[in-house]
Amino acid sequence: MPTTRNKLYTLFLLLTALFSAPYTLEAKESEASGDLKAEIKAYISHHLQDAYDFSLFSYTNESGKHIYVGIPLPVILWDNGLHVFSSSKLHHGEAVVQSGAYHYKLDHSKIYRTDAAGTINYDESHHATNVAPLDFSITKGVASMLLIAFLMFFLFKGLAKTYAVNGGVPAGIGRFFEPIVLYIRDDIARPNIGEKKYGKYMSFLLTVFFFIWFLNMLGLTPLGVNVTGNIAVTFGLALLTFMITNFTGTKDYWLHIFDPLGASMKWYAKVPLYIILIPIEVLGIFIKPFSLLIRLYANMQAGHIVMMSLIGLMFIFKSWLGSPLSFGLAFAISIIELLVALLQAYIFTMLSALYFGFAAEEHEHH
Amino acid sequence: MEKLIGEFSLGLFFWQSLIFIGLFFLLKKFAWKPILDAVNERETSIKDALASAEAARNEMESLQSDNQRILKEARAEKEALLKEARATRSELINGAKEEAQVEAQKILAQAQDAIQNEKRAAVNELKEQVGSIAMEIAEKVLQKELESNDKQLQLVEQLLKDTNLK
Repeated sequence: MPTTRNKLYTLFLLLTALFSAPYTLEAKESEASGDLKAEIKAYISHHLQDAYDFSLFSYTNESGKHIYVGIPLPVILWDNGLHVFSSSKLHHGEAVVQSGAYHYKLDHSKIYRTDAAGTINYDESHHATNVAPLDFSITKGVASMLLIAFLMFFLFKGLAKTYAVNGGVPAGIGRFFEPIVLYIRDDIARPNIGEKKYGKYMSFLLTVFFFIWFLNMLGLTPLGVNVTGNIAVTFGLALLTFMITNFTGTKDYWLHIFDPLGASMKWYAKVPLYIILIPIEVLGIFIKPFSLLIRLYANMQAGHIVMMSLIGLMFIFKSWLGSPLSFGLAFAISIIELLVALLQAYIFTMLSALYFGFAAEEHEHH
Repeated sequence: MEKLIGEFSLGLFFWQSLIFIGLFFLLKKFAWKPILDAVNERETSIKDALASAEAARNEMESLQSDNQRILKEARAEKEALLKEARATRSELINGAKEEAQVEAQKILAQAQDAIQNEKRAAVNELKEQVGSIAMEIAEKVLQKELESNDKQLQLVEQLLKDTNLK
């Protein structure tokens, strides 16, 4: 498995390198389109971050004004009391919102407390020094997750129902999802966790697999959401894997960490080794889920950057040759992204199962 | 790294955890458990059906081998019976043959006896007839010979001459 993953990484890196090369080359040639490039760059970095409203698209009208089309979402702040208002009031950072005794303004995709005039002070490294309230807003990402959660709930509840109605045989879309559920059970959970204990981890593995996969797929739609490419989301998912791994860890799991050599050596021989070994093993507990969160985040983030750069390239080329070419590249990349969406969900699930397998291990005492 | 931490949104993390954990428990109760149970049930029922089919096949096989055995036995019995019958038949035939031979011998002997007796009787009768014919002829010859007195006297003389008185 790791070899195919590495191969895919290599492929991915190669493609990224290949496609970014003409981009930079072109960038040097056309100084005139500097404005456009800056705009595309800003657009990409804006897209990669979470947003306070569900923007569908934006355009500049004749009078040079930016018009945003989208669905406003609720902004929920905790700043000495609860502040709730619609994100449409923020006007994409152009307006100051008064809520209770405070004023708030959006700056670089973050809400800060300001004075009535909306002044934002910056330090030398261009970081806002204003107070940032605790932010529990229903952002675009949260809304997407809610959407996927509802979709998953009704989809799989429906699937469960067809079993009851249809006498243990799935019907409709269940025929597509049942093999995937069985694949996760038979090829991910069973071999990694073991026949005896896999059952109690199944719900998590199934939920996490479909959650990541569906969110990855949603990220490929023109809605332009980037949930699994957000570090907070992948952190939350990896944290659950971490907690489940360690809370269900058996005696053997902890013994493996704190006494990896076991009875094969005398205690005085083990002491100098353990000064090095135990910190490594303890570090490993944290590194494993950390690798999960970085892997998913980086893969999805990179995919979105490549996709959007290639789409942006069409507007930079503006020629009969260049634009179709970059369209073709974007099309090819989106097909690869379709695979990556599934692959990353698979890898996350697979590795989680592997870690659960470590935690659940119980071997013969030798 | 600093950029990553800067990007980290506590609110998003909070909502993500909430949504995911909520989804996890809901799906566990309403979806995964019924789905996996149904699948497991189906698998066990398939396994059971296969096992019972196997058992039925084995039973069939044993029945078939039983049948084969019974058939073999029956055939062997038939053979034995036939053999016995054949032996009895030849025994019967042989016995009858012997008996017939003895009977025939007996009849033959009786016939021979009868023939012998008949022959003897016939010989006796022939002897008697030959004797009486001879007597008649002798009588006739004598009558003819001794018709005259001379001849009678001659004979007496002859006889007297042959007979010497002692």
